[in-house]
Amino acid sequence: MNSGRRNPRSRALRGFTTILLFLLPALVLFLLLVVAPIAVAMYTSFFKWNGLGGLPTEFLGLGNFERLFGDPVFQGDLWHGAVLIALSLVVQLPIALGLALLLNQKLRGRAFYRLLFFAPYVLSEAITGVLFMMILEPESGLANQILQVVGLGGLDWFADQSTVLLSLFLVMLWKYFGFHMILYIAGRQGIPNELIEAAQIDGATGWKVFRHVTLPLLGPTIRISVFLSVIGAIQLFDLVWIITDGGPTHSSETMAVTMVQFGFKRFQVGYASAISVVMFLISLVFALGYQRFVLRRDLQGATTVLRDQR
Amino acid sequence: MSRRAAVPSQGRRGRNHLILQLIAVVVGAFVAIPLIYGVVGGFKTTSQLSTNPFGLPSPWVPENYTDVLGSGSFWRQLWNSTFIAIATAAIVVGVSAMAAFVFARFAFRGREALFTLFAAGLMFPFTVAILPLFVLLRIFGLLGNPLGVILPQAAFGLPMTIIILRGFFRAIPGEIEEAATLDGCTAFGFFWRVLLPMARPAIATVSVLAIVTSWNNFLLPLVVFNEDSMWTIPLGVQQFQGQFASDTARILAYIVMAMVPALAFYAVAERQLIGGLTAGSLKG
Repeated sequence: MNSGRRNPRSRALRGFTTILLFLLPALVLFLLLVVAPIAVAMYTSFFKWNGLGGLPTEFLGLGNFERLFGDPVFQGDLWHGAVLIALSLVVQLPIALGLALLLNQKLRGRAFYRLLFFAPYVLSEAITGVLFMMILEPESGLANQILQVVGLGGLDWFADQSTVLLSLFLVMLWKYFGFHMILYIAGRQGIPNELIEAAQIDGATGWKVFRHVTLPLLGPTIRISVFLSVIGAIQLFDLVWIITDGGPTHSSETMAVTMVQFGFKRFQVGYASAISVVMFLISLVFALGYQRFVLRRDLQGATTVLRDQR
Repeated sequence: MSRRAAVPSQGRRGRNHLILQLIAVVVGAFVAIPLIYGVVGGFKTTSQLSTNPFGLPSPWVPENYTDVLGSGSFWRQLWNSTFIAIATAAIVVGVSAMAAFVFARFAFRGREALFTLFAAGLMFPFTVAILPLFVLLRIFGLLGNPLGVILPQAAFGLPMTIIILRGFFRAIPGEIEEAATLDGCTAFGFFWRVLLPMARPAIATVSVLAIVTSWNNFLLPLVVFNEDSMWTIPLGVQQFQGQFASDTARILAYIVMAMVPALAFYAVAERQLIGGLTAGSLKG
């Protein structure tokens, strides 16, 4: 890196010092505040601990985990996560993809639509959550007022165990589809138009072009979008905490909500740590498996999208 | 939706176009109506909201908004959020740029392993670490201190920021570095006077991402700040909702005011946020 005039050893040393100095702040910050807490969570998950004073001493072995998997609330958490993931993939993903392709057309006002569709993503979960609490309020909320006007009965939305998850998903859809749409727009623009045109000249019609040209070439973007949806659903906290607090009677509770309940409200920090460890392991296993089997060649997908589209 | 007519007749193309336009309008309504309802609803009274949900307010009631603007707590939350977001972005971008520089332009043993360690951080969900983070912050005495939010946010922002910046730094041709070195530039000089200025668009992109992430963070400030004088906007919004649970119009006014800074920032930094992702080819 330095000029070649000095002797090699001092050059190597200087290089080493530079590397160390440049890396040190990031390493310290990362090890102390990211790696260490996760290690601590793993350690405390084997103890009964109220989180106060000193280190935990009452070793339970796998006791917390046994209790966890036997708990219907936690089983419910897993189920709710699975439902939300399925909805994201089956509903949100196609919508986002379709709209991305739509906004790729010559459409009047498409710049405006792009701006509008992405806008909810920049609002905080707190604002989004509270806004929809008002709109989906059963008594006088906007949604039920609209349903009444068109002659349908109102729904109880977040207040009913059978509709609460779908209502939550509706809010998630409103907030997040624009983000995925933006990913797909970027991915679509990475496809040279010549390829599409070539297929059209070869006689492929709209659907065939999409199925055999656009879709396969969007593969890396789709895989990234799926990955982000799943990881996001596993960790889902803010919206649920703000809107339903996991209720009514745990019917919308997620792992993160259960964890915060036990960790910060009931001071069962050891047990709550066990939940966070399970969350971590699920994310990790998913991420590693996904990278190993699905992402493989486009490992750098997310960053290449950003870089190439500069 | 993807039915892009290949080379169809004019009539069919026109009809397809109409359908596409219609879809855009419907989705646009789905997105916009909640926002418009919030803005307009803030000018009503709560009883107006239930008797006249769709029409314009009659009479217009500006008090909900003026009450928010007149309350010290809103402005204090705005300041807290701003300060924390800017400090977080400054730290995470500064620290990441240095690390990304090394990862992009130095060859040394263990580089890929270290980089993988950081990249693996993408998989460490923030929520997983919140409990031990809380314990750690208590030991450091950072509970109730803005640094207790800023530093963890910066730490968890490192993976993404380093990955993006490394990509940009790598793309800068080696010849430029050679030229700078021949002109007597040290590694730091090159980093500071050549690389960072050249990577300005990337720096802007990651800064905007860091600011938005910090601005919207809920869980960390929730557990770190006990005193409401430290609260950020998301905490304030949640608290306000709890306090005035039945006064819908007042709450709508509050969240609309809370939206304004975020949407204003989006309007200004849209190019960094979106344009960073999408090529500049979609012009008009």
